[in-house]
Amino acid sequence: MKALVAVKRVVDFNVKVRVKADRSGVETAGVKMSMNPFDEIGIEEALRLKEKGIVEEVIAVSLGAGQCQETIRTALAMGADRGVLVETDAELQPLAVAKLLKAVVLQENPGIVITGKQAIDDDCNQTGQMLAALLGWPQATFASKLAIAEDHAEVTREVDGGLETIRIRLPAVVTTDLRLNEPRYASLPNIMKAKRKPIAILSPESLGVDVAPRLKTLKVEEPAKRQGGKKVGSVAELVDKLKNEARVI
Amino acid sequence: MAVLVIAEHDNRNLKPASLNALAAASEIARLGGGEIDLLVAGKDCRAVAEKAAKATGPKRVLLAEDAALEHGLAEDLAPLVVALAPSYGHIFAPSTSAGKNLMPRVAALLDVMQISDISAVVALDTFVRPIYAGNALATVQSNDPIKVVTVRGTAFPALSAEGGEATLETVEGKGSAGLSQFLRAELSKSERPELTSARIIISGGRGMQSGENFRLLEVIADRLGAAIGASRAAVDAGFVPNDYQVGQTGKIVAPELYIAVGISGAIQHLAGMKDSKVIVAINKDEEAPIFGVADYGIVGDLFKVLPELDAELARRG
Repeated sequence: MKALVAVKRVVDFNVKVRVKADRSGVETAGVKMSMNPFDEIGIEEALRLKEKGIVEEVIAVSLGAGQCQETIRTALAMGADRGVLVETDAELQPLAVAKLLKAVVLQENPGIVITGKQAIDDDCNQTGQMLAALLGWPQATFASKLAIAEDHAEVTREVDGGLETIRIRLPAVVTTDLRLNEPRYASLPNIMKAKRKPIAILSPESLGVDVAPRLKTLKVEEPAKRQGGKKVGSVAELVDKLKNEARVI
Repeated sequence: MAVLVIAEHDNRNLKPASLNALAAASEIARLGGGEIDLLVAGKDCRAVAEKAAKATGPKRVLLAEDAALEHGLAEDLAPLVVALAPSYGHIFAPSTSAGKNLMPRVAALLDVMQISDISAVVALDTFVRPIYAGNALATVQSNDPIKVVTVRGTAFPALSAEGGEATLETVEGKGSAGLSQFLRAELSKSERPELTSARIIISGGRGMQSGENFRLLEVIADRLGAAIGASRAAVDAGFVPNDYQVGQTGKIVAPELYIAVGISGAIQHLAGMKDSKVIVAINKDEEAPIFGVADYGIVGDLFKVLPELDAELARRG
């Protein structure tokens, strides 16, 4: 079967974002962009399924501006076989992304779709669940272990109280959590090889999907700053301050 | 129109996060969004519904009992919520692993966007939500007919579990969709308070060096009645289970007192705890970013500081 993995281009996780002066969003010009870390885990998991002989082909799909090709190239350099870019300069919200991914899924017929559990820019945590809903497929979110056997998968999920294991019918959508795997680095030969791998370019129009946003961002602001930085000289002083100044113990 | 709140429970007890979601829903009610109904969906969970009917906030508690609803599988619960949806302008759930799993499925089936993890209600259609690990706050307005929302518990003080008088009504489950099946759970057992509702939390990071060393935190937690948390680094290293993780992609907490031990303070960790009332940092690296948000910092070796802290707490009682 094929595995389809969604990869999003986001502000690198090490960047301290700055809110724009006009409060329309955060500054992304001249900022380092990378693949969403949860999506790297998704690519890695698909590659491991391929190495086990369960998956024959790994397809990396990204949606957005032309620069998303770089994100797809990163996935190809890790070992994905080919890419699909749904190219648009429109703002894409998770519901629209899920509809576009559904259209790609109907063309490609993968046995499994893997997405990150959330993107570290908008922190929405929606796309995988929405895609599963639109396809009428099962969903296994926040996966920390994935085992595939014939027509179903057993997935261990990270939940608030610990771990939960479910069995889902395939095809299905799986969203990755941090402990699923440790993504590999692309080797130089593979980076060179990735340059020759194909990326198909589609558009929302060609897929017949209306991507009009449902949420309007009225403003983006910086949160109130904490006044931290004070130090105490001893444990006795700390306990005294917690008791008599902060009154929290 | 009215507000539907999805209760979180384990078929025995209502989870505290439900009361935070009710608090956010009550702000909608105050703005004219209608009365609040609370959905308790599960298996043999009438006792939960009866208890929930005493919570402040809901006018009605809707009880759905169905074997397929026992474990809250999104594939089986979402169709029930979707069937109820036409009577509501807002559907709220706690932003817990269960709520995050369920609500986008509900939203997509209704062809609406979900509004994730709100930290404030501005108007019936307008909400504030943190983005970029809480380094920015977005105010968003929804033009969808039904607002499907998950609620950041720490931003809405819980309503009281007592004092309400909701009526109890039953609704039919939708059976199993046959897509997914619960096999087993390995839940951490602890006598300590739950992380997301604890008044005091003591968390360990990579600096703890091993799982055994978390014992040093446990003795202090027991003295203070605190919950124990961890940074991602400590969970990734296998010191403690995943459900200890505080941060952008783990649990969001805001206790009265947060004690960070051997945690450097990556922005992803700060995202999960920087709304705590008082923050204490214990770290040997004076330059660690955690000190930037700490009200009281101690620069020192945690293996010396923790026993001293334990002794001092014991001495002062």
